[in-house]
Amino acid sequence: MANQIIFYVLATIIAIFSVLAVTSNKIIRSALYLLFVLLSTAGLYLLLGYPYLFGVQIAVYAGGVMVLFIFAIFLTNKPGDKVDKERPIRRIVAAITAFTGLAFCGHIIYYNVARVFTTVIAEETKIQVIGRTLMGTEKYQYLLPFEVISILLLACIVGSIMIARKR
Amino acid sequence: MILNYSQPLEISNLSAWLDTTLRSNLSEFWTLLIEFVLVGVLLLAAYAVIALVLIYVERKITAFFQARFGPNRVGQYGLLQSLADMIKILLKEIIHINKVDKFLFYAAPFFMVGASMMTFGAIAFGKGLQAVDFNIGVLYVTAVSSLGIIGVLLAGWSSNNKYSMIGAMRSGAQFVSYELSAGFALMTIVVLSGTMQFSEMIHKQEYCWNIFNGHISSIIAFFIYLISGHAETNRGPFDLPEAESELTAGYHTEYSGLQFGFFYLAEYLNMFIIASIATAVFLGGWMPIQIKGWEAFNQIMNYIPSYVWFFSKTGVLIFFSLWVRWSFPRLRIDQLLNLEWKYLLPINLVNLLVMVILVLTGLTLTDLFPSWF
Repeated sequence: MANQIIFYVLATIIAIFSVLAVTSNKIIRSALYLLFVLLSTAGLYLLLGYPYLFGVQIAVYAGGVMVLFIFAIFLTNKPGDKVDKERPIRRIVAAITAFTGLAFCGHIIYYNVARVFTTVIAEETKIQVIGRTLMGTEKYQYLLPFEVISILLLACIVGSIMIARKR
Repeated sequence: MILNYSQPLEISNLSAWLDTTLRSNLSEFWTLLIEFVLVGVLLLAAYAVIALVLIYVERKITAFFQARFGPNRVGQYGLLQSLADMIKILLKEIIHINKVDKFLFYAAPFFMVGASMMTFGAIAFGKGLQAVDFNIGVLYVTAVSSLGIIGVLLAGWSSNNKYSMIGAMRSGAQFVSYELSAGFALMTIVVLSGTMQFSEMIHKQEYCWNIFNGHISSIIAFFIYLISGHAETNRGPFDLPEAESELTAGYHTEYSGLQFGFFYLAEYLNMFIIASIATAVFLGGWMPIQIKGWEAFNQIMNYIPSYVWFFSKTGVLIFFSLWVRWSFPRLRIDQLLNLEWKYLLPINLVNLLVMVILVLTGLTLTDLFPSWF
């Protein structure tokens, strides 16, 4: 009962602020609305009884990515100015693209929900289990993807230094 | 085990009695509802009261360092001074500024207070006195405390004022860099204790605090955590986001009345939160000093309630932080960033490796002398 009420409150917040994030005229406001969406998503993870994902969502998206977004917006020319409306033809194209994306994702979610629905995790996953799963090499353990992603990040860092470096 | 000693003054006795009384008279739903509301109200009250006490203590200690008297007119020894200040700030007019982004301007202080309030919930004040105890405790604390910076950035930008903006950017750069060091220092201790949950971490430090258990590595991590925690709260030699001589008051220049009060409150409480996380992680939290085999000594130490232990350990750390604050001159922004990226971070990374080696080769004190600790 209480879970359902919390879920509906969070879902309403996510829906409203997602729409506001794209319709807002000021880019800094959009960033803030996006932050609210990310925070309520973190709330959903907590509701599912998975605090690790909650922590990562807050630390990485809300605390890391959003701070970078806000910094980047500050460094642009005039962050407070209102963004002009696009031409009608581009708006129609954008609407069609968005609708196609929605239909595609909706289809996938609709057909997979019935299968995923039964595998709800009953108990809290211990942090030690998550650590071993990330760092192990056996079946259902993910050391290789973990390392590959870290090499990808390293490549990004080296690349950004190359671009920013003084000649 | 600690549970075998009699602890007559614990608050957990009272809360256990309250819980059983409520459960015997009411249904599960109402019991939980009443308890949730009680915990929430108590946390909010503690938040305000601790801030008042801290402000008084800070002013007195500052006065001591500067060879002054400090507040001494309102009440005996000036004890009621911060209460009077609180009433004043509650009654003060909030000045509405025309050319600000209204929504962001009014939302920003709540980010600060919200973030520090969420972190405040994870503090273990004593035996059984902890509101939020996830098995990812340390990750939770680092994650939620990072939300406060968004409030600072928004406040600085929405004030529509150059000084606020520069202050906010400085504060952002400082917070983001030092957060990294604080996180790594905490990770070092997570490696040592093998858990992220605060309650479990405190229980493992029953006979040997983490700062002694990991000797070299722990002590380095402790100092790095104190330095970076100090920098995160924008205090002491690292207070250049609000350097008065250059930037008026930094990111909260345009705020008045209670809105300014929120920033002020959050800053004081962040100092307390850093000190209490350091207490829980390095100094055994609310655990009394106990020595294996000395039963009488342990019994006497356990008569002193756990919250007294917690607040005295935290108090010592807060005193250190004030000592540093009034002893060192303010750093320049390049010195500040150099300190973090060229010194603290490399030391920290090496330190983390050293700790892993210590734990794997069994060189921690509990492994070396199992009969003592």
